[in-house]
Amino acid sequence: MSIDQETIKQVAHLARIELQPKELEKLSAELYAILGFIDKLSVLNVEQVKPASHILPISNVLREDELQPSLTPDKALENAPSKKGNFFSVPKIIE
Amino acid sequence: MELNQFTAQELLEKLKARQISSGEILESLYARIKETDSQVKAYVRKRPENKDIPISLNEEKGMLNGFPITVKDNICTEGLATECCSKILQGFLPPYDATVIRKIKQNGGTIFPLKANMDEFAFGSSTENSFFGPTHNPWGLDYVPGGSSGGSAAAVAASSAIWALGSDTGGSIRQPASFCGVVGLKPTYGRVSRYGLIAFASSLDQIGPITKNVRDAAILTGIISGYDPKDSTSVNLPVPDYTQSLTGEIKGLKIGIPKEYFVEGMDPEVKEIIEEAINKLKNLGGFTSQVSLPHTEYAVPVYYIIATAEASSNLARFDGVQYGYRAPSNNLIEMYKLTRAEGFGQEAKRRIILGTFALSHGYYDAYYLRALKVRTLIKQDFDRVFNDFDCIVTPTSPTSAFKIGERSQDPLKMYLSDIYTISVNLAGIPAISIPCGFTKKGLPVGLQIMAKPFNEEMLFRVAHTFEQNTEWHKLKAKL
Amino acid sequence: MKYQTVIGLEVHLQLNTKTKAFCGCSTDFGKAPNSNVCPVCLGLPGSLPVYNREALNSAIKLALAFDCQIQEHTKFDRKNYFYPDLPKNYQISQFDLPLSKNGYLDLYSQDGIKRIGITRIHLEEDAGKLIHEPGASLVDFNRTGIPLLEIVSEPDLNSPQEAFDYLTSLKNIIEYLDVSDCDMEKGSLRCDANISLRLAGAKELGVKTELKNMNSFKGVKDALTFEVARQTQLLETDEKMIQETRLWDAENGQTVSMRTKEGAKDYRYFPDPDLTVFVIDPATVAEIKARLPELPQEKMDRLIKEYGLTEYDAKILVSSKKDAKFAEDCIRDYPGKDKKEIVNWLIGPLLSEANMRNMQLHELKLERKELINLVGFVQKQEISHLSAKNVLNQLIGSSRSAGDLIREGNFAQISDTQALNGIIETVIQENEKSVNDFKSGKTNALMYLVGQVMKKSSGKANPKVVGQLISRRLTDV
Repeated sequence: MSIDQETIKQVAHLARIELQPKELEKLSAELYAILGFIDKLSVLNVEQVKPASHILPISNVLREDELQPSLTPDKALENAPSKKGNFFSVPKIIE
Repeated sequence: MELNQFTAQELLEKLKARQISSGEILESLYARIKETDSQVKAYVRKRPENKDIPISLNEEKGMLNGFPITVKDNICTEGLATECCSKILQGFLPPYDATVIRKIKQNGGTIFPLKANMDEFAFGSSTENSFFGPTHNPWGLDYVPGGSSGGSAAAVAASSAIWALGSDTGGSIRQPASFCGVVGLKPTYGRVSRYGLIAFASSLDQIGPITKNVRDAAILTGIISGYDPKDSTSVNLPVPDYTQSLTGEIKGLKIGIPKEYFVEGMDPEVKEIIEEAINKLKNLGGFTSQVSLPHTEYAVPVYYIIATAEASSNLARFDGVQYGYRAPSNNLIEMYKLTRAEGFGQEAKRRIILGTFALSHGYYDAYYLRALKVRTLIKQDFDRVFNDFDCIVTPTSPTSAFKIGERSQDPLKMYLSDIYTISVNLAGIPAISIPCGFTKKGLPVGLQIMAKPFNEEMLFRVAHTFEQNTEWHKLKAKL
Repeated sequence: MKYQTVIGLEVHLQLNTKTKAFCGCSTDFGKAPNSNVCPVCLGLPGSLPVYNREALNSAIKLALAFDCQIQEHTKFDRKNYFYPDLPKNYQISQFDLPLSKNGYLDLYSQDGIKRIGITRIHLEEDAGKLIHEPGASLVDFNRTGIPLLEIVSEPDLNSPQEAFDYLTSLKNIIEYLDVSDCDMEKGSLRCDANISLRLAGAKELGVKTELKNMNSFKGVKDALTFEVARQTQLLETDEKMIQETRLWDAENGQTVSMRTKEGAKDYRYFPDPDLTVFVIDPATVAEIKARLPELPQEKMDRLIKEYGLTEYDAKILVSSKKDAKFAEDCIRDYPGKDKKEIVNWLIGPLLSEANMRNMQLHELKLERKELINLVGFVQKQEISHLSAKNVLNQLIGSSRSAGDLIREGNFAQISDTQALNGIIETVIQENEKSVNDFKSGKTNALMYLVGQVMKKSSGKANPKVVGQLISRRLTDV
């Protein structure tokens, strides 16, 4: 199946990646080839097969409701590209 | 002989006997880096021209006595930059250690202050996708070392690391180990904690050892394995002493050779070397027999849906808000889009877009859900074979190392080079790659051994027996 | 009514566990920004989630309290979208296998019982807090990762008042379970509404409007009331309605449209590979169900049965868990066989005192023992009902006993014939007309005369005795 540039644009928006026109073109061709290859899966009859969303036969992994040490605000903000006091700062949000 | 030429086990014994100090080992590694790394480029972020690199040697205590280990750049090390060799994570200083790092430190190990090069976010099979440029194969500097743990494998091959940690999602430990003529193991999914491993595909990733020989791999696997309450997918099973499985014999073991891995058009050199290796196993007492893993041909497409889908979600957090690169912008959405456009490399973008597409409305059933179902079929193939066989043996890679630049323009061709390693991750089983020969060009070829879940002992047993009865592990790259 | 209002409510509830959903950070409210955080709730690269056992238990309790079916196999899914208060740019939530579904909540009114369906109750994690400044926004991740339950109702509510009643009942039940603070002001309970109008009798639903930004139950009611009017007008003028999200502007008493975003949201839900599935076997569910505390409806039924209360009285008493406990303790300790007396005091004078002081019953500084004593004095006719109300007012917040207060305030009821006769004579003298009315058969006149005696005795005369004395006095002559 093919994937047209319009679809890729929408997907790029969902993924919040700005694509240049040249990138868009190139990606379109590459993804076309890759998806064509992936399409070989469509021949298989998987109706009765359960999806393997987890490969391990474990379940019910839980933790107790007990306090653990937190980071200090300094440590939490150590890598922040922009901060104000003990807050992370981001550019204004335009709805 | 230079200290960097020894195996980990040999050096650990010398440390224990106080014949050497861990400081001396480090110096020897730096010396080797000076000799080789400007050509190999296994390490990132600093090329030590002199020895004045701040290192905090761990106390000479525990079983490791300060012994150093090289770590791939996607494993979090507190206070030591961890960037996944990507621009988008530049300067990221984790405020915590990955569990495997904590375990190594608890055992007295020292984390080598230079991290090993990798394909950005582990997306790749050649280490050509690193923001810092490619690593070069010590056996042929024009050739790739494999990927994504290419830096780790090349460093061990070049002796600029005694042993290293890598990560494996679709073959990223085993394939570079095979290209670089060293040993690489991907443990069973859930054997080693993923806490602190910067995630690529959560249901496939595992951390594992890259070493000079099988014994070292057994030692290191024992140290890093074990249940971690911080990782919901880590399994609560006791960790055996893997060195006990190095019995040196494989008499009577039933070895399956899957016919789907030996197809028309296989590289004839690789075919010949692998067949010889299989013969060797027969001579050592193993019973080989053809088996079938009928869904093998679907493994690569299944992988590229599941892995990219999970990756597209795992990499959503790289957005310039809390850490790493942030592009200058006028508003939030611009910040997201430009940061991610400028911070991610081409392969990362390609996979994120593909993965996002596979999960998107209208395509989920046809792609992601279907891939999960075929994954079940692939796993069932292995379950069936392991009912009757102790292990499965295959080539690690369809070819030996290719030239730098040879496949980087053809993503699909690059993906197909994972064909022998990928099913292992999909099934969650353990597998090891060991050197088993060289092509006429002098490039290493790897033999892959697979076993059923939590049976790493079988892998070490078979691999060690083969190794000790051949000379491949003794050969060193001439640098 | 030409149009029928159709409302569904989505409530997000913060659970009151000590620690967050997926990590051991504290859930304490109001701490310094970014101080209750760790690699997991910050979504740092390499971090992994592990779910809180207590949160799961609380969720199951809540689901059972609403009679939901608990899914035997449930899992977490990732809800993918980008926002700065969401550190991983996905929320761990539940999509197609939620913890529970198909429950209900019954609303009681004068018109009877109305059953409101609860579609599902599922698990998720909270996001952080954003503070908007000119040119930038500030992010505090303390709130990220606090365990949430999302409670979705069927569109069975048909008026803003019903929506309000639904929320109060919901809160009541949740309080009884003690799984959340349910405080809209602190943000531990949030509510979004979906409302549409359709011609009465129509089968299809009208165009849906989503309402957000209501900060109180009253706000929800007011916003819905405004919407009913707004949408009615649109329908009447045949204007085309679009599906949209509107924000409640409490200050100006109106809803305002959020700029419509392009296209429907695509959250790309998929099972979270970092978390296992959860198998909740029926035995565990039965065990939790057996240990559920008594819920408001049950308590109400029991009070009616055990103590002979009326439905009306019982309903008032159970409306707050702590009040219900206080009331029940009083009822239990009251020595009389007929509990009606103490109940009347609780829902009458005591509730008035509480309302006057803007407090709840259980918050009144009143010893149960003293209240019961006071009621006892009234029963024994040592003090009139009226005086007792006075004493009660003084008793609250006082360390004195009821007996002391009665003595000190000279509240003791005058039942002594001799003492009363004097006042009675005076009243008879002063009220010739009423006396004649009584003699000519108007019984109301007696009540009037008794009232006058009460007045003259500052309420201390025993009205029953006074009535008898006056009666005898006037008929004798």
